[in-house]
Amino acid sequence: MKELFKLFTTFAKIGGITFGGGIAMLPMLERELVEKNGWTDENELLDYYAIGQCTPGLIAINVATFVGYKRKGVIGGIFSTLGMVFFPIIIISIIAYFISNMLQFEVVGHFLNGVRVVVAAIICDAVYTMAKKSVKNMLTFVIAALTLVLSFFLSLSPVLFVVLSALAGVFIVKGGVEK
Amino acid sequence: MIFIQLFFEFFKIGLFAVGGGLATIPFLYALTDKYTWFTKEILGDMIAIAESTPGPIGVNMATYAGINAAGVLGGIVATLGLIFPSIVIIIIVAKIFQKFKDNKYVKFAFSGIRPAVTGLIAAAGIGILLLALFGDSSWKNLNLSDFSVKAAILFIVTLILTNKIKLHPVVFILAGGITGVIFSF
Repeated sequence: MKELFKLFTTFAKIGGITFGGGIAMLPMLERELVEKNGWTDENELLDYYAIGQCTPGLIAINVATFVGYKRKGVIGGIFSTLGMVFFPIIIISIIAYFISNMLQFEVVGHFLNGVRVVVAAIICDAVYTMAKKSVKNMLTFVIAALTLVLSFFLSLSPVLFVVLSALAGVFIVKGGVEK
Repeated sequence: MIFIQLFFEFFKIGLFAVGGGLATIPFLYALTDKYTWFTKEILGDMIAIAESTPGPIGVNMATYAGINAAGVLGGIVATLGLIFPSIVIIIIVAKIFQKFKDNKYVKFAFSGIRPAVTGLIAAAGIGILLLALFGDSSWKNLNLSDFSVKAAILFIVTLILTNKIKLHPVVFILAGGITGVIFSF
């Protein structure tokens, strides 16, 4: 029980103070999990990351579940993951409450309109970074372009694209885009 | 029953969004067509808030989306739905760890999924960009007279800056908000 609590509080701390999502959490995870608690070592942590990135779901959540599971089994995985989401839920709830009350002010509307433009630019930047890693030849370019055009013009479920592209990967691309 | 719907929809996102928090954007974008939980405008705000607050970006967005749909309990239900598939999948994968990591077909599948996810995020990004520039996200309703020159300039300047200097997104988001207030976007 004590160790479950420790898993919860450690991941709550990591989730509560790291900005920038799963990838940005790596240094913090190293400090907390490897140096402070000795729950894992550097190499194992990188393996968890590799798995976290190539399994569905959020990378941070996948890593938390993995470490917790290795320490204390299924219940350990659950405690770590709940720890990871604890502070984000509280912080976002507070912000959501204030935003809905603030929308009546015109100045907040102007602020958010400016923010949305920046968000569009940030997404473009992220897409560019992702494309450099994932689009390596004609085939992968066709997959990316086709997905872009089809999902933009037809409102199809993203699930369909993920399933079809996985099949295309297995039967047509067959790897060859390793970093 | 909205809570069951929320759990199910975010469960689906957790199951199919491969590649971390940003990969949830196209799924959330698709939700705006299907439900009245939140609009595409709010999705833009959600992304900004999720990037500017601590924690996994996908969790932040799920919480915010859930709250918009059905209050704080909705936020909790959406987040639990999102993380549930992860917990199950990772526990299964943990048992076959090494085999899974080195499996040829897993690698093959990802060589197809990665470019597709890039395309999906790009498509959602274009929708959000159109919304920011024209006030409408659908290509069907585009009206050239709605084009905002101010927004276009801010977009291009931000794009150049994010490429040139690596600052935390919060800095750009705040700067964009302040620009919006000064030039009344």
